Amino acid sequence: MDILYLLIPLSVVLVLLVLGGLWWAVYSGQFESVEQEGERILRDG
Amino acid sequence: MDSPKAMAAHYNDTVVRQFSIMAVVWGVVGMLVGVIIAAQLAWPELNFGIPWLSYGRLRPLHTNAVIFAFGGCALFATSYYVVQRTCQAPLFAGPLAAFTFWGWQVVIVAAAISLPLGYTSGKEYAELEWPIDILITLVWVSYAIVFFGTIGKRKIKHIYVANWFFGGFILAVALLHVVNSAAIPAGFMKSYSAYAGVQDAMVQWWYGHNAVGFFLTAGFLGMMYYFIPKQAGRPVYSYRLSIVHFWALIFTYMWAGPHHLHYTALPDWTQSVGMVFSLILLAPSWGGMINGIMTLSGAWHKLRDDPILRFLIVSLSFYGMSTFEGPMMSIKTVNALSHYTDWTVGHVHSGALGWVGLITMGSLYYLVPRLFGREKMYSVKAIELHFWLATIGIVLYIAAMWIAGVMQGLMWRAVNPDGTLTYTFVESVKATYPFYMIRVAGGLLYLGGMVLMAWNVWMTAISGRSVKVAIPAVKPAHA
Repeated sequence: MDILYLLIPLSVVLVLLVLGGLWWAVYSGQFESVEQEGERILRDG
Repeated sequence: MDSPKAMAAHYNDTVVRQFSIMAVVWGVVGMLVGVIIAAQLAWPELNFGIPWLSYGRLRPLHTNAVIFAFGGCALFATSYYVVQRTCQAPLFAGPLAAFTFWGWQVVIVAAAISLPLGYTSGKEYAELEWPIDILITLVWVSYAIVFFGTIGKRKIKHIYVANWFFGGFILAVALLHVVNSAAIPAGFMKSYSAYAGVQDAMVQWWYGHNAVGFFLTAGFLGMMYYFIPKQAGRPVYSYRLSIVHFWALIFTYMWAGPHHLHYTALPDWTQSVGMVFSLILLAPSWGGMINGIMTLSGAWHKLRDDPILRFLIVSLSFYGMSTFEGPMMSIKTVNALSHYTDWTVGHVHSGALGWVGLITMGSLYYLVPRLFGREKMYSVKAIELHFWLATIGIVLYIAAMWIAGVMQGLMWRAVNPDGTLTYTFVESVKATYPFYMIRVAGGLLYLGGMVLMAWNVWMTAISGRSVKVAIPAVKPAHA
């Protein structure tokens, strides 16, 4: 199962990138006042 | 913000129009090939002894056409439309967006030529040989640049949830394609996989299941989260849930691949990981389904008169069905019966025809009139008829395959008291014959619906005109 030497580190890197994305989202305010965001798309074209 | 110095820019809907039309065209082509190969399984004479028409070569043409040509063009069209409208910005790097259109069409045509000619890497949903794989990579990197570049230029800070799904789909597919297609070229259209044996199997089904999870699920959920609210005129039922849905889904999907390899040479613990994560996946999937369906809360009456909404909501019912069936089939004991049978085919098509097909059709029926300056499709009655043709076709297809699949599984494992097998393999083939015929009928109905859609789209396009839509000036934030 040598492929695991590739797949596991690759998956860990991927998880770290995903967590990085989540961290960015939280700290850049993506999840502030989400209640209106669902309605916003109904107002545009 | 209200200074008129910013010239009223326009959305880049040209590429959206192009991809929308081609999605319908390739839908007809891909489904037609599907009906042909279904007929060949029932009546093998239809192979005609011609290599380019043989089942073995046409089957990957069907899968590639419906997934990447039909599904792919629909994803390009809708993601380019949605990202612009929700960011209130035109597409970043317009010429690159145009390249993604033409490049993707070249990929499709190259597939349509090379697959019947017999050029194949033998990897399911990744059959295309290495020169085409390189072109796919170039198109995909361009797609990522256009999509994320547009998000980078957004005028509203918040990134609408649909764009998270589209973004996740784009990045995941890039990773999956590059890793799984790694190969050593050994000639113009010949290569050897960088992996071998059960290790190749693991990489292949890590790819294959995530192709389903990210290409066929996350991408189309992006479509769902925009077009259902728009068509229903109601916001997503729970925006918070949609965020949780996204993160839970993308995390869990990556681990489900081993459920394609139960009871093979893949190590037991890896199979168990796949099984467990596939079962966990049921939760975020159903969260998304409920979120989409409940968006109609307070507006259920609209389903009575609006066939487009029916397409969109029924697609979620099939999504829920398939995301329940899938985890069940990932359980090893269940899989011991279902693997290699037509139950798997039934499951695939309940997801493909039911979820992917119907959500795409509903979204395109919303999109196409607006791309041609009209409010509605040329014929709403035809949308209604399409809905029924499609739904009845789906039900015939999957019921036939369920019965055939369970029957095959039971026949293959039946043993006599003395321990010998009760049935020969060919006896199970013979017993499957009537169900293959019913499947052809179901597929024909579904194809018929698609042809009707093509007619309706054509009539809408020629009776309208391509319009340029101005990007609204950014309004100050409302309370």
